[in-house]
Amino acid sequence: MAMLEVNDIHTYYGNIHALKGISITVEEGEIVTLIGANGAGKTTTLRTISGLLTPREGSISYLGKDIVGTPAHKLVYERMAMVPEGRGVFAKLTVQENLEMGHFSREDKDGIARDLERVFTLFPRMKERRKQVAGTLSGGEQQMLATGRAMMSAPRLLMLDEPSMGLAPVLVDAVFDAIVEINKEGTTILLVEQNALMALSIANRGYVLQTGQIVLHDDAEKLKNNEMVQKAYLGVD
Amino acid sequence: MSERIKQIDILGVVMWFFRAAIIVAMLWGTIATLMDNPYSAKAWTDTIVAGIAQGSLYALIAIGYTLVYGVLFMINFAHGEFFMSGIMTSTIFIAIPMSESGYLDANPVLGLIIIALVTMLVSIGVAILTERVAYKPLRGAPRLVPLITAIGASFFWQYYFRGLYGSEVKPFPLIDSIAGKMTIFGIEILKSQALVIVVAIIMLIGLNLFVIKTKVGKSIRAAAENKDVARLMGIDVDRAITITFTMGAAMAGIAGVLYALVFRQVHYFMGFFPGIKAFTAAVLGGIGSIPGAALGGLLLGVFESVGPALFLEGLGVPSPHQLKDVIAFTMLVLVLIFRPQGILGERLAEEKA
Ligand SMILES: Nc1ncnc2c1ncn2[C@@H]1O[C@H](COP(=O)(O)OP(=O)(O)O)[C@@H](O)[C@H]1O
Ligand SMILES: [Mg+2]
Repeated sequence: MAMLEVNDIHTYYGNIHALKGISITVEEGEIVTLIGANGAGKTTTLRTISGLLTPREGSISYLGKDIVGTPAHKLVYERMAMVPEGRGVFAKLTVQENLEMGHFSREDKDGIARDLERVFTLFPRMKERRKQVAGTLSGGEQQMLATGRAMMSAPRLLMLDEPSMGLAPVLVDAVFDAIVEINKEGTTILLVEQNALMALSIANRGYVLQTGQIVLHDDAEKLKNNEMVQKAYLGVD
Repeated sequence: MSERIKQIDILGVVMWFFRAAIIVAMLWGTIATLMDNPYSAKAWTDTIVAGIAQGSLYALIAIGYTLVYGVLFMINFAHGEFFMSGIMTSTIFIAIPMSESGYLDANPVLGLIIIALVTMLVSIGVAILTERVAYKPLRGAPRLVPLITAIGASFFWQYYFRGLYGSEVKPFPLIDSIAGKMTIFGIEILKSQALVIVVAIIMLIGLNLFVIKTKVGKSIRAAAENKDVARLMGIDVDRAITITFTMGAAMAGIAGVLYALVFRQVHYFMGFFPGIKAFTAAVLGGIGSIPGAALGGLLLGVFESVGPALFLEGLGVPSPHQLKDVIAFTMLVLVLIFRPQGILGERLAEEKA
C-alpha cells in the first residue's frame, strides 16, 4: 500500500473551485514532485494533504488511515511534516526556538538530540546562528531553518512548497542537495516546485498540475523529455 | 501628486505645532508648580508611591489585553469583567465568612492564598467560558465583529453578577496584619501598597519567564506569529488560545485581590474603569508586548497620580485632583499622536491580521 494516496479531491476557497479532482500516490522512500505554473493549485494540494484545508470531496489516506478532517496539528504526530510556501519561519523567535517548535510533537530526548545533530551537520550555518532571531536571517538561511525545523519532527513524509523560491542559484543547489540527503536518510519527499528542471532532476516521479487538475503523470526522466513539459515548464522551444 | 504632498505637509506642520504646544504647556505647568512649590517632599513621595501601586494594578490587568491581542489581534473588552468576577465571588463566599469566623486574622497568609486561588479560578472560568461561547465561533470573522461581541460580553457579565450578588457595594474585610504603614528605605508606605507592588513584580516576572522559557510559552509566541505554521509544528492553536486567556485571567484575578486589599470594597461595576485604564496602559506600552504592558501600567499609574499636581496646578486649573482620568486619557491621545505603536510596540499591527 502506498504511503500517501490522494484520491480525487476537490478543494474550494469559498466559491472558488481550486482543486478539481486531484489524485496522487506517493510510495515510501520516493521523491515525488508536483510541478505547474503559478496558480495551478500546488500549494492548495499540499495544504489539503497537511490538514490546513479540508476537501469538499474525495479521500486522502496516509499510512493506511483516512485523514480527511484530521486537523493539521494532529497529523504532525503521525509524522507528516510540511515546509510552507515562503518558508514561514517564526521571525521573532530565535533559530534555536524555531527548531524547538519543530520537535514540539516529540518527547524522546535522545532522538531529538540526534536529529538536532543531523540538522546542524546538514546546515552548519544554523548552529552558528542558534541564538539569532530568525527574522534577521537571509532568504537562503531561512529556507535552511524551515527545512531543518521540519526535520526536527522526524517526519516519514516531508512536503516542501517551492523551497527554491527567491534563492540565488548556488543556494538552490544547496537546498536540493539537502533534500536528496534527507531522502537518502529515509524520509519520503513530496516536492512542489516551479523550478521544474531542478525538481525533475532529483525526483523519481512527477505530476503536472494545470488549473486544479493533473494533466500529466510519469517518471521524472520521461517528463523531462516530454514535449509539452519542455515547452511549458522547461523553457525549451 | 504634488497636491497630495502639499496636503500631507500641511497636516504634518499642524501636527508638529500641536505636539510643540502640548510639550510647552506641560513644561510650563511643571515649572510653574515647582516654582510655587505648594507641596512638601513627603507629599510628593506619597503621591509617587500611590501611583506606583496603582500602576502595578494596571500593569497586571494590562497583561490580559496584551496577551490576547498578541495572539488574536482582538481587543478583549470583557477583560475588566474577568477582574471583577473573581474577587466579587471570593469576597462574598470566602473573604467575608473567613473574616467573620476570625480565621483571616489568625492565618492571614494562608487565608489570602486561599482567597487568591479561588479568585483566580473564578476569573479563569469566566474567561474560558467567554472565549468558548462568544469568541471562538467568530474566528476568522472581520475584526469589528469580535470587538462588538466583547463589549456585549462585558455588559452580560456585569449584569449577570449584579443579578447574582446585588448592586450594592460589598466591603472587603480589613486584615489587621496588613493594615497601617511601614517604613522602607526611609519612605513611609502603606503595607497594602507595598504588598501590591511586591506581588505585582513577582507575577509579572513569573509570567514573562513562563512565556520566554517554557515550551508552552514558546508555542504561544509561535501561534501569535503564524497560526497555520504553528499548526504544522503540531501546536494545537485553540489550546494555545485558551492558555493565553487563562494566563490573562489569572493575572486579572490577582489584580482583583490586590485591588480589594487597597480599596477594601468590591462592586459589580468595579471592572469598568480599571479595565479601560489598563487597556490604555497596554496601548501606551505597545499592545502585544508584555514588558510594554508592565511599563505602560506603571507610567500611567504614576502620571495619573502625580500629573494633576505637577502639570495642571501650575497652569491654574481649578481643582486639578478631580482630573486624573483626564490625565490618563490625555496620555493615551498623546502616545497615539507621538508614537502610534506605543512605547515598546512594533509598527506591524495592521499587517499581521
Ligand atoms: N486564500 C485564497 N483565497 C481564494 N483563492 C485562493 C486562495 N489561495 C489560492 N487561491 C486560488 O486557488 C488557485 C490555486 O492557488 P495555489 O494553490 O496557491 O496555486 P500554486 O501554489 O500552484 O501557485 C489560484 O487560482 C488561486 O488564485
Ligand atoms: Mg504556491
